[in-house]
Amino acid sequence: MRNKIYFITSSLILCYLTIFAQIIERPVYGCFLLQGGTVHTITNGSMEGDVLINEGRITAIGKDLNLPNNCELIDASEKEIYPGFIDAGTKLGLSEISSISLTRDFNEHGNLTPHMQALTAINPNGVPIAVTRVEGITTVLAAPSGGLLPGTAAVIDLFGYNPDQMYAGAKAMILEFPASGKRGRWDRRTAEKIEEDFEQAMERLNNFWKEAVRYKTLSNLETNEIRTIVQYESFLPVLSQEMPLFIEVNRAQDIVNAIEWAKDKEVKVVLTGVAEGWRLTKEILESGFPVITGPVLQTPSRAYDKYDRPYANAGAMHNAGIRVAIRTNETENVRNLPFNAGYAAAYGMGREEALRAVTIVPAKILGLDDQMGSLEVGKKANLFISNGDPFEPRTQIEQVFIRGWKIPMESRHTQLYDQFLERTPGAQMND
Amino acid sequence: MKMTYIKINLILLLLIAVSSLSWSQMETPVGSILLKGGNLITVSGEDLYETDLLIIDGIITDIGEGLSAPEGVEIKDVSGKYLMPGIVDAHSHVGLDAVNEMTNPITAEVRIADVINPYDIAFYHALAGGVTVSHAMHGSANVIGGQNQTIKHRYGHHHPDALIMDGAARTIKFALGENPIRVHGEGFTTIPNTRMGVEKVIRNAFDEALEYRKHWEKFRAVVDAGESALPPQYSERHEAILGVLDGKILIHCHSYRSDEIYMLMNVARDYDIDQLIFQHVNEGFKVAPELAEFGAMASVFSDWWSFKFEVYYSTAYNTTILSQNGVITSVNSDSRELIRHLYLEAAKAQRYGQLDDNETLRLITLNPAIQLGIEDRVGSLEVGKDGDVAIFNAHPLSIYTIPEYTFIDGVKYFDRYEDPDDMRMVIDIEEDLNHFMELKSGRGDHDCLH
Repeated sequence: MRNKIYFITSSLILCYLTIFAQIIERPVYGCFLLQGGTVHTITNGSMEGDVLINEGRITAIGKDLNLPNNCELIDASEKEIYPGFIDAGTKLGLSEISSISLTRDFNEHGNLTPHMQALTAINPNGVPIAVTRVEGITTVLAAPSGGLLPGTAAVIDLFGYNPDQMYAGAKAMILEFPASGKRGRWDRRTAEKIEEDFEQAMERLNNFWKEAVRYKTLSNLETNEIRTIVQYESFLPVLSQEMPLFIEVNRAQDIVNAIEWAKDKEVKVVLTGVAEGWRLTKEILESGFPVITGPVLQTPSRAYDKYDRPYANAGAMHNAGIRVAIRTNETENVRNLPFNAGYAAAYGMGREEALRAVTIVPAKILGLDDQMGSLEVGKKANLFISNGDPFEPRTQIEQVFIRGWKIPMESRHTQLYDQFLERTPGAQMND
Repeated sequence: MKMTYIKINLILLLLIAVSSLSWSQMETPVGSILLKGGNLITVSGEDLYETDLLIIDGIITDIGEGLSAPEGVEIKDVSGKYLMPGIVDAHSHVGLDAVNEMTNPITAEVRIADVINPYDIAFYHALAGGVTVSHAMHGSANVIGGQNQTIKHRYGHHHPDALIMDGAARTIKFALGENPIRVHGEGFTTIPNTRMGVEKVIRNAFDEALEYRKHWEKFRAVVDAGESALPPQYSERHEAILGVLDGKILIHCHSYRSDEIYMLMNVARDYDIDQLIFQHVNEGFKVAPELAEFGAMASVFSDWWSFKFEVYYSTAYNTTILSQNGVITSVNSDSRELIRHLYLEAAKAQRYGQLDDNETLRLITLNPAIQLGIEDRVGSLEVGKDGDVAIFNAHPLSIYTIPEYTFIDGVKYFDRYEDPDDMRMVIDIEEDLNHFMELKSGRGDHDCLH
């Protein structure tokens, strides 16, 4: 009797496990031949052809490629193949539920915390990550924010089970450039107070800079043993131009101030946000600094501006000759990146340039264009197959590859869809 | 001395007489125009290609091929363009001086109609996205909030009443879950502090209103019998709630979790309320069969989730699941930003669930019109309906489409090619110098709590 119960119980468990194993789709690594699609290389035009992925890399692109042994054939005929989209400005992985402070990990106490590492706090299993990647965004910059120097941002591919698996090989130092004006209608500070706050912030920033430079000089002297100061230590890669300095700046006057402040400093500067860049295209172009702008889907920053300024901003800067990438600055809805790019395309940037602004241009700005941002032999296999133009809302992203892994096209959102579209039981239990 | 008093009284009387002439009695402007050769997305019927649409005195009077304009009516060539009914937003807070009367869990007596600010530039931004009608709502701080107001975006008129849409159904805001609990339970340490409390606040409010009615009935019976009695105290709050119980005021209920949605349907059944419109309703998809069975409707975000715990277990496929289960569903903005491109928000239902074009466009036209009780006036291009038309350079569900013209009652309120950049109605020098909205995420600024 007892044995029988054991048998039934263990059979049930086995049965359950079998079913369970069947419903969880696993990522697959290896060799894949994507056959017969339109290949949008970004850097070498578009063509009908095949893409071969092997061990994480794109190993061939061309017509009628041979199917290697032990290689999975994926029919991509009538489909489009694009490099994975890159969003070079997000908080993805650093925040789970924005109203609950204990799930927000992008803003440490303190104004000058460049030593805070975003990569430390990225939750690889955060629900928004899968929600984002199944829409064709394969890589993001996860950035801290707040204060003056909130920390070091990291570029991550949106697949992996620990941050080191996800790390894509580039970091950026974030500087929230001091604001010289009101921050919005809720900002009740007097004009004097605003000026005082601004000058204080600039002084704080300049003092930090001076100390960081002095620290670098001292640490270069072999004879001089200095005490490690983590803030300055973490800033060394910026001063040695190994790591770019991302200056977050939106208001026109602040853009002017930031360019003036940064122009003589020997660092790799990238301007981010740049909501009012369209007012200052000449100044930005002359500075030579590239721009990561967005969100495009945004209200005009001043009530008297033309209604479509935010839509047209990226195009205006690009058309003036500035190198422009598009970001969402989002957390759980980074999946709106293609729609932001689509609006920029419609309002002056053009489709091809908008496409570059979410692929090869951010890859270049991040210093990762030898790894990603286009479909080229030797690059990392971050790409997706869609049934149409990925900027169009109706288009379905059908298969995503990240680092050569064939990613299950599932997220919390699709799973709830599968569970509830035809819910059983319906309104009645039938018992 | 006495004469002066009489004079003043006379002047006062005159003033009162003049001010009591409400705007609606003065009538808002209507226009006439013949829109030639456009592609008409009628929503209620088939798409009509290369077809003319005639608006006379603010009403669509004819749709067909080869229409001619009556004497003096402007003809506009719109060939190659796409015409759709003016977009209806079932949840908005733009153009309001106040949103939340958060001093009591029940504030059924307050009216959004009293705080409309016709100068808000957001009305123009909405027009530039083809949105002609919105449901200006009270916020979600209170379990039973204030009465909402359906408005037409007649930007350019100084009188707030010029925006009011006459004949729209009366509606009231209810709110369940985290917001009333946070404001009242946690903030003021009063009921409701739980979802149990939220239910009781609603039931108590209904019971008290019914009790109030009994007192009045008793009083009237006494008076009718020819006897004298002291009348009960008049309560605007109870009167409004009786309007809800009598089906004269529609409930538009802020809600997220499936259990609270289900709770309100049970409460409604107990009080013979047969119409419910749920707002946000992120977990509506979990009780879609129950919503369909009740006949309740849903007005949702296209893709917002995870900004608070009660929307963490939600999905962008909500719109599709609700629609496929037969729930009349709309997609709303609840934001100064999204109201500018509701046609994109609706289009997302094609990415997350592949609704067809007509089902998708219904989400921002006919379905919200039904939810606001104005489907006989707007929401489709049909003869007899208001001349509210949004004109795009291509199909409105494409990402590359640009809205070009927007008409309300046959009057053009937006023209992309005659837009002088600065469309403010009032100029504030201070604002010119200092006002910069540091907005960093697509969610924009908001003070309605969500």
